[in-house]
Amino acid sequence: MKDPLAENRMFLSRTVAIFAIILILMCGLVGRLIYLQVVGHEHYSTMAKSNRIKVVPSPPTRGIIYDRHNRVLAENIPSYSLELIPEQIENLDKTLQRLQKLLDISDEKIAQFLKHKHQSKRFDSVPLLLRMSDEKVAKFAVVRPYFPGVDVHARLVRHYPYKDLTSHVVGYVGRINERELKSLPVSEYRGTHHVGKLGIEKTYESLLHGKTGYSEIETNAQRRAVKIVSSDDPEPGKNLHLTLDVDLQKTAYDALEGHNGAVVAIEIKTGEVLVLASRPGFDPNPFVYGISSKAYHALQQSDAQPLFNRALRGQYPPGSTIKPFIALAGLENKVTEFHHKLFCPGYYQLPKVKHKYRDWKTWGHGAVDMSDAITQSCDVYFYDLARTLGIERIHDFLQKFGFGEKTGIDLVGEKAGLLPSKAWKRRVKKQPWYPGETLITGIGQGFLQVTPLQLARATATLANKGHVVTPYLVDKNYHFKAGRVYPDEQIKLDEQNVDDVISAMVNVVHGARGTARRLKKGINYQIAGKTGTAQVFTVKQEEKYNKDEVTLKNRDHALFISFAPATDPQIAVAVVVENGGHGGSVAAPIAGKIMKQYLMPEVKTVDEK
Amino acid sequence: MKNETRSEQFHPPSVIGTLLRKLHVDIPLFIGLVLACSLSFLILYSASGQDITVLIRQAARIGLAFFLMIILAHIEPQQFHRHSAKLYTLGVVLLLAVLIFGMVGKGAQRWLNFGFFRFQPSEMIKITTPMMIAWFLSGYTLPPKAKQLFMAALLIIIPTVLIAKQPDLGTALLVASSGTAVIFFAGLSWRFMAATALVLAGLTPVLWHFMREYQKARVLTFLNPEADPLGKGYHIIQSKIAIGSGGLHGKGWLGSTQSNLDFLPESSTDFIFAVFAEEFGLSGCLGLLILYLLIISRCLYIAVQAQDTYSRLLAGSLTFTFFVYVFVNIGMVIGILPVVGVPLPLISYGGTSMVTLMASFGILMSIHTHRKFLPT
Repeated sequence: MKDPLAENRMFLSRTVAIFAIILILMCGLVGRLIYLQVVGHEHYSTMAKSNRIKVVPSPPTRGIIYDRHNRVLAENIPSYSLELIPEQIENLDKTLQRLQKLLDISDEKIAQFLKHKHQSKRFDSVPLLLRMSDEKVAKFAVVRPYFPGVDVHARLVRHYPYKDLTSHVVGYVGRINERELKSLPVSEYRGTHHVGKLGIEKTYESLLHGKTGYSEIETNAQRRAVKIVSSDDPEPGKNLHLTLDVDLQKTAYDALEGHNGAVVAIEIKTGEVLVLASRPGFDPNPFVYGISSKAYHALQQSDAQPLFNRALRGQYPPGSTIKPFIALAGLENKVTEFHHKLFCPGYYQLPKVKHKYRDWKTWGHGAVDMSDAITQSCDVYFYDLARTLGIERIHDFLQKFGFGEKTGIDLVGEKAGLLPSKAWKRRVKKQPWYPGETLITGIGQGFLQVTPLQLARATATLANKGHVVTPYLVDKNYHFKAGRVYPDEQIKLDEQNVDDVISAMVNVVHGARGTARRLKKGINYQIAGKTGTAQVFTVKQEEKYNKDEVTLKNRDHALFISFAPATDPQIAVAVVVENGGHGGSVAAPIAGKIMKQYLMPEVKTVDEK
Repeated sequence: MKNETRSEQFHPPSVIGTLLRKLHVDIPLFIGLVLACSLSFLILYSASGQDITVLIRQAARIGLAFFLMIILAHIEPQQFHRHSAKLYTLGVVLLLAVLIFGMVGKGAQRWLNFGFFRFQPSEMIKITTPMMIAWFLSGYTLPPKAKQLFMAALLIIIPTVLIAKQPDLGTALLVASSGTAVIFFAGLSWRFMAATALVLAGLTPVLWHFMREYQKARVLTFLNPEADPLGKGYHIIQSKIAIGSGGLHGKGWLGSTQSNLDFLPESSTDFIFAVFAEEFGLSGCLGLLILYLLIISRCLYIAVQAQDTYSRLLAGSLTFTFFVYVFVNIGMVIGILPVVGVPLPLISYGGTSMVTLMASFGILMSIHTHRKFLPT
């Protein structure tokens, strides 16, 4: 039955067949291996590398901001923050709920977190709570193992020790919002959560921020760092030294207490801004770690407008503070003489017009020359001078002193004020210029609007005998890096004319009938100044302005411009007190205090209350 | 006469050689196995993250497996022939027991716990199934008739289904292929095979219907791993990255970033080939495949040299099963076959399959060293 030989042959052939099959399948394996390891080698190598190498940004430390005497205005303080890596959390909603219960987090913070999470990159750590209290850190530390993907990080958080005192100058940093995210250089801001939003923080953002470093970190499949492959250290942001003097700033800010207003003090020879105060200010610190919308709303809605930088953006009629410039315009244009006299009956009338342009002194100043007109702030004298000059010459002359245009200070958001002209009125108001408008421009009313900073700068320029002063806050060396060059301009002026006007301004303080004569007490230098009272509320013809009847909101703004010492000008100060009433009694003392503190630092300022 | 000259060809010149021959060890096969196991240590050291305890455990298993191999090599093939049916029946009964009493391990019932050790009947059935089929078919004239084929098919299907139910697709596949290999060596007609292949192709949708969810997922993942890179496709993608990044010459021993940094799962067990390929590159892979091919060649040579039908069929089948191990594992790791739990033979970390493999090599050595030489 069985045929061993046949079976043997059959088995041999089957073995050969199997061996052939095995060889073919082995070749299949080899073919695939060649495909993966030779053809696809580069592709898979790249994938292996991106698998294990993670690029981690190391954000730079933000530059510190100092005042002129090295006092810290903005610093970075270490603080704890609770951060989540959403990709590592299995149930984010539940985790957030548990954290909220544990650490008493407001719904608003959760909403903010979700918004930031939306903007962040994959596997980025997104902060939920900034500036955690030690108590909360301890509370979380206990339960940390139950919260994978949640951790407490020590971060540097921006802090402004002077709070509202310097808020309008230094500004603040805040969380990068969606709009900023689009405009900021992506690679430079990886790992940075905050950006300058206001003030110096915004203007000098690129310098303060520094350069982001990167490290290539080898990670394992659990994304734990194994070792650092290479790293490029971050370049910390530049420290900035402001020209601001915090002591003077404080004097100005305190002196404004009870009022809304602004004070600007400029060092005349250099243009360094010593004081740039706007009251009320606000505490910028809550903005850093996310101000609640309720608190923000309260700030925005407040009548006092604490977020409004009055020194930079407040536009006020200059009132009588414009008179020295009008006087100088008259002298320079040779339409009048310093000793030219005019009789002031207490009002002024244009020919053939019934309307009476009133003087603040109802019964008039009598016969006054230019010096008297400035010292006593005679309106009638300047109505007449303005009429003689005409609006075009007034416009052209005031423009040289920087009215109607930005001063170019290194702060964002500056306003230009308004210097009217016939062309301007035709263009904007679509109306012709009326002669009466020239008259009131001559006493700093009407369309004319200036910022406190412009006033200070114009005063400094006047004190500098026409050498234009450009105010700045940060060391000039930085400007050139930032591509800004200041013009070195000189207004062509007759020195005698300037001296005459200045002598009249000295009389404002030191003369027997000066409107700011109270300032001369206890000083060993001369102040040149000019008071101003800007009408907010128009008093109708034949009506009397009654201080008590006018609501506070419509009360006059009190202004004062000054510089000292008159013979060797060093500091120029401009003060605007909103609804303060009379310039001589409210605004002038503030300027007086600042100059005294600056020029006589050895004498302790006595509060003149 | 012929046989004698051949045996002289392999006459070992040394004392160790004589000793090994006395131990009924086939020297070329033995050398191949030792080489493979040495490679296993080398790669395991790297894949386990340079863990010495892993090496010690593997050494213990290899020692045990070699011991079992030598014991089996001493048993005469006639003994295997005699007990084939009993061993097969025992195996099937144990498989049933696993299904009934089996404890749950890894979501699959595979173990029988005897208190002092755990036993995996599916490993035993890998050897007893081809023994049973070989015993059954060698009783008839070859090639087998339809009736015998039907019986043989039934004998294969019973354990295969029982294992697939555990569920352990990889082992079921190996058992089925080892049984089928016996029928193939027994002279199954090519025409019949073609017909069966067609029927099986037609049955694929039916089979799909009966597969477990995770088995379906594996097949789907195999067909398109990139569809789910962090989920089901992760294994294959990471494995391909490891192999591909190895290039021609590899990253060098201990240089596998994919495995050292834990991107590659199961790098010590089923996916160890990926680590090997990453560290030793294409050249290393070719060397490993050649080593496997040499072992297979020697085993097939043993099968051809076997003196009775039972031994031939069994030897052929065990050899083919070994190849299926190699092919299915590497095929899965390089992404041309679905992921089924089959280790890389002789290399992967893990006990039972190593012991089973060595047992089958023991049987092969027994078949070869117990040949009765015709007197001159």
